[in-house]
Amino acid sequence: MSGLDGEAPLRPRTSRRAAGSLYAGNARSVVYRGWLATKSTNWLVVVSGVFEPVFYLLSLGVGLGGLVGQVTAGDGQRIPYAAFIAPALLATAAMNGAVYDSTWNVFFKIRFARLYEGMLATSLGPVDVAVGEISLALLRGAGYAIAFMIVMQLVGLNLSWWALLGLPAVLLVAFAFASLGMGITSYMRSFQQMDIINFVMLPMFLLSATFYPLTVYPPPIQVVIQALPLWQSVELVRSLTTGSVSAGILWHVLYLVAMAALGMTVTTRRLRALFLD
Amino acid sequence: MSFAWVTLDTVSSPVIVASDLVKRYGEVVAVGGVSFEVAPGESFGLLGPNGAGKSTTMRMIGAVSTRTSGRLEILGLDPDRYGPEIRSQLGVVPQSDNLDEELRVRENLLVYGRYFGMTRAHVSGRADELLAFAQLQDKAKAKVTDLSGGMKRRLTIARGLMNDPRILLLDEPTTGLDPQARHILWDRLFRLKEQGTTLVLTTHYMDEAEQLCDRLVVVDKGAIMAEGSPSSLIRRYSSREVLELRFGADRNAEMADRLRDAGDRVEALPDRVLVYTADGEGELARLTDAGMRPITSLVRRSSLEDVFLRLTGRSLIE
Repeated sequence: MSGLDGEAPLRPRTSRRAAGSLYAGNARSVVYRGWLATKSTNWLVVVSGVFEPVFYLLSLGVGLGGLVGQVTAGDGQRIPYAAFIAPALLATAAMNGAVYDSTWNVFFKIRFARLYEGMLATSLGPVDVAVGEISLALLRGAGYAIAFMIVMQLVGLNLSWWALLGLPAVLLVAFAFASLGMGITSYMRSFQQMDIINFVMLPMFLLSATFYPLTVYPPPIQVVIQALPLWQSVELVRSLTTGSVSAGILWHVLYLVAMAALGMTVTTRRLRALFLD
Repeated sequence: MSFAWVTLDTVSSPVIVASDLVKRYGEVVAVGGVSFEVAPGESFGLLGPNGAGKSTTMRMIGAVSTRTSGRLEILGLDPDRYGPEIRSQLGVVPQSDNLDEELRVRENLLVYGRYFGMTRAHVSGRADELLAFAQLQDKAKAKVTDLSGGMKRRLTIARGLMNDPRILLLDEPTTGLDPQARHILWDRLFRLKEQGTTLVLTTHYMDEAEQLCDRLVVVDKGAIMAEGSPSSLIRRYSSREVLELRFGADRNAEMADRLRDAGDRVEALPDRVLVYTADGEGELARLTDAGMRPITSLVRRSSLEDVFLRLTGRSLIE
């Protein structure tokens, strides 16, 4: 048990030293842990998240949609109201799944469960932990999105074959929100501060041209809305599911990639500062 | 295994070398220049009161805290540069349990092994071995929150052994446990020591240090006050026996003054007077003959507590 028979000396792996001892290439063990924990404790909470966007779609898309009729999408095409809001709900589902895991769950793990302290006492580095936890949040967001996408297909709200690309798109959305969510959470110290996240999320959901076109707003406000990550996500997904695709959607992709990169960088730095001082 | 590696790792070379190790948090000096070495297979203790800098030292050895200055080598490597490599060879038992409460008992071991990159088959076998070692076979599927304090500690130690570490770091392993749980734990640690695992532990319990440590340093306010084996420290800084006398709270100081010349040395505490002497019973008889009437008296063997009192003028648990 002592390792008397395993006295091989430590061999410094110079190839990895460049990474500044931040990454052991073992993020999958963090994902494995998350899967075990979800399986045994809170799978019901996780599953309940699937239904939220479906209820929105039924009440607003079908119910309210009956009154609204058709709306004009970005490229001037006339589409049913339900097909207009469904991609927005899809993007929001991905966002919510990712944000829930990467904010409240991560907050609890940092401040109370001291989970990361335990992880970082092993050969894992902060990048392993960040990638692992963000992957979990991403998987959750993706799970919600795929379930909702199937509902959209069944109800006939995917108007184009481009909708297939909607799946990688929502993965990117989930990744961007999970990274930034975890980065921001690492600065949070109290429940009161965590409430700020809810305070930001709800208005963003309602105002990001989710339920009506951007053109409703006066031009100066349009600029503000366009800067929001959810607007970027909704536009990207909506272009794909409604089939009004142009090269312009690459800007949304770029925005989300930059957001994910920023989130990863901040998260790694913060984990290092918090647990490897 | 190549020849070069063998020469690097001769049996006698220390597994931990610290010299002038300093850790500052802003203006606060947590560790103020400590130097020590730990040999392979040795059981080494850091003894001191709360806030002495023990845990900070442990965190630096555990490669999760970077030093402000000084030299530190763990298994021949600098923890600033080779954190993951060093941590892969350490077992860590932190001061307060940080078990994964979302996982069951056995799952805690499985997952922890996976953090070290061990294969599924390997962690499974190892987990069963260690559940037996920690006497927790019956609890394999239990929730961590349902375990007693002693069981949680044993599970934390089992977890720390998953990667078959060359050094096991224990930060106050038995603080907060009842006497029975402590003895079970000491027994387990003693077995590890017999098997040749290098143990580094901090404690503020004298009996623990005397039970487990081959050698220890007494730390106070971030600095080392003394170093040696428990018995040599007692020999050097204390007498063979101690006579404890209680005269009542208001008379202790006055009586200590009258006892000035008794034994080798006299220490007046608020609640009692300690007389350090080679022969406690003899000294007590002499004092009684001289007409002193303590309310209670007790002769005991000298302990590390006395060493600490001598060195710092304070008791260890305050």
